[in-house]
Amino acid sequence: MHAIQMRGITKRFGPVVANDHINFDLEQGEIHALLGENGAGKTTLMRILYGLYHADEGEIRVDGEVVHIASPKDAIRLGIGMVTQHFALVPTLSVAENVVLGYTDGFRVEPQAAQQRVAEAAARFGIEVDPAALVRHLSVGERQRVEILKALYRNARILILDEPTAVLVPQEVEVLFETLERLRQGGLSVIFISHKLYEVMTVCDRITVLRDGRVVGTVDKEATSQAELARMMVGRETFGVTRQDGRPQGPVLLRIENLSALDQKGLPALKEVTLEVRAGEILGVAGVSGNGQTELSHVLAGTLKPTEGRVLVGNEDLTGADPARISAAGVGRIPEDRHEGVIGELSVAENLALEYLDEFVKGGRLDHRRIRQHAERLIAEYQIKASPTDRTRTLSGGNMQKVILARALSRNPRVVIASQPTRGLDVGATEYVRSKLLEQRDRGAAVLLLSEDLDEVLALSDRIAVIYEGRIVDVLPASEADVEQLGLMMSGAREGTSARV
Amino acid sequence: MDIFLIGLIAATLRVATPLLLGTLGELFAERAGILNLGIEGTMFFGAFVGFVVGGATGSLWLGVVAAIVAGILSGLLMALLSVQLGVNQHVSGLGITLLLVGLSLFGFRLVYGEPRVPPAIEPFGRLSPFGQTPILGPLFDQYALTYIAFALVPVVWWLLYRTSFGLQIRAVGENPEAADAAGVNVFLTRYLALVVAGGLMGAAGAFLSLAQLGAFTYGIIAGRGWVCIALVIFGNWDPVRVLWGALLFGGVFALQLRLQITGLQLPYETFLALPYLVTILALAIAGRNAAYPAALLKPYKRE
Repeated sequence: MHAIQMRGITKRFGPVVANDHINFDLEQGEIHALLGENGAGKTTLMRILYGLYHADEGEIRVDGEVVHIASPKDAIRLGIGMVTQHFALVPTLSVAENVVLGYTDGFRVEPQAAQQRVAEAAARFGIEVDPAALVRHLSVGERQRVEILKALYRNARILILDEPTAVLVPQEVEVLFETLERLRQGGLSVIFISHKLYEVMTVCDRITVLRDGRVVGTVDKEATSQAELARMMVGRETFGVTRQDGRPQGPVLLRIENLSALDQKGLPALKEVTLEVRAGEILGVAGVSGNGQTELSHVLAGTLKPTEGRVLVGNEDLTGADPARISAAGVGRIPEDRHEGVIGELSVAENLALEYLDEFVKGGRLDHRRIRQHAERLIAEYQIKASPTDRTRTLSGGNMQKVILARALSRNPRVVIASQPTRGLDVGATEYVRSKLLEQRDRGAAVLLLSEDLDEVLALSDRIAVIYEGRIVDVLPASEADVEQLGLMMSGAREGTSARV
Repeated sequence: MDIFLIGLIAATLRVATPLLLGTLGELFAERAGILNLGIEGTMFFGAFVGFVVGGATGSLWLGVVAAIVAGILSGLLMALLSVQLGVNQHVSGLGITLLLVGLSLFGFRLVYGEPRVPPAIEPFGRLSPFGQTPILGPLFDQYALTYIAFALVPVVWWLLYRTSFGLQIRAVGENPEAADAAGVNVFLTRYLALVVAGGLMGAAGAFLSLAQLGAFTYGIIAGRGWVCIALVIFGNWDPVRVLWGALLFGGVFALQLRLQITGLQLPYETFLALPYLVTILALAIAGRNAAYPAALLKPYKRE
């Protein structure tokens, strides 16, 4: 019995074909993975099913009936629920208010009664939440549970989960998988969007692989392997960068001593952070989003003044220095949000020159010829698909990140601070960025990598520091780290055992 | 109790009435994510329409209703521009204020020409449930609209926090994407919020022309709309807290009226400026921790 049949779904965004005649079937009571790289068209397809986009061509059947889904309201009425990557919750409202929002009967909404009903629903589906809590006080895992409960409360029989594990620590992922398995046994059909092979092989019954907006194929879990899925997904057998271990390391180039800082709300975000990064090594900082990584990168970029502690590059004390001085001291920075790292309205050439503008000034005037030559050289060297005069905001995420890389790395910095350098990039661009970071390390730079992607930290780092609630829980050599141990530390469940560095 | 003090409190309640109506209206708009800078013009338009209709028909209440309808039309225009077409809210709001002020002045000339003395009507009488009783008598000697404005505070609170309409307004003002995904009609909710807001702003204007003054002058609103916007921030978008803001401004305004006649040797403009100075001061203090609705000023568009 098919819960969902999508036939010949096509969706274009301008000249880009995001979905190209896609056929997709969901059986009743199965967990079906939609697997593919970023930009393969998974989310677009599901947003069409949930009424957030409208297909240019194609037909959707729910329980065999042809339906027209114009808005999420229609989808909800048909029993389809979706948990998006960016949670669709209102942080200032309570859990109960979020769950009943848009699904209230009658005009009056009494908080007590709503909480009662939500608590009953939570108990029925075995989802642990506090209906009275404000969503802004919840952890990411809890918010996700609220989202799932919200869909089930609307009598969803089909649940779409868009990259549900991207924001979770490993322990929360296990809880999620157990919940999904239980719900499936209760008759729920699940569409599970992911690009992680291991997860797909763990929870799903069938897997549909998308590439470049087309279906590569649908396979049973029993009849496939991770290697086959990887090949279907990227069109080649293996991927990823390789790192060589055991290189001799040089002197300490970046020294962070007892650093404390406040966040935007004036609350302590960094607490006595001490780290050392040596020449020729990558120190990865692993942690769940919002545990002080942003503040740490801001302090190191010179845009946030620490309340205590020191930052030393070589022998130079850069505590509280402004960004220009930090840049002049040989620190290359890759900011967390690449849209903050470039000025979208300026051209690629202008952005590339921005940090060293003094060098392009002749007699008080900008030397446009040199700016352009400089840009052409870097565009060639870093394989940026853009011309020097293109406005930077028109570039894809990967190319924008290459502009930032080119600017940060072309001066051969002594220290590289990379925050979330591959977030939101596709496999090709991710691989490129990672290889460039390894190149810097091999050249003898000290690289500090702040990443929420645990696989990335494990793949690139020589040593791994775990940050939790603004404190460094532990620093350990990458060779001694495993996912489970790091996950426990990241979720604050366990203090490190080895000595602090 | 001191006669001066009782007079001051009674005047405070009167002066606070249009501010309270306007502020509650602006609060609806802003909780739904729309900064309605059309408030100054909408109050002016309401004062004008109310005055003309009240004068022409001889029914002051018909004037109030006409002012509310005028306010609703202004709210619909704001909704068309800022919700439907996604025009920048500063631009559309200020545009509406300029448009409605100009329209009202033009209409005024058409109806009354250029009189030397502003035209006047017999304004609303006051309700005096306690008659000449000391203290209570003068305190409750107020216009019906004043009673209604103060009674609206708990009503607005109830609407915002105890009904699905209020829940939807708060949701679309904080996270319209989330509200949309939950099946809330973001556009309709914002339209309705602006309609309610416009009606209240129109009524605020009508109070000035039909009750407090019984006349229509060019300076009738005198920046009260902008004060309302400040009071919404001062009250942190909460209907009960904006009440205190309206009373504070009303109190200082009533006080300066009394200071003017004490014979202090200062230019009277100094006294007139006092309430506005207090507003700036109060805003500078209370506004520091303001928690703006997260989606304020952001037009919502489905991708």
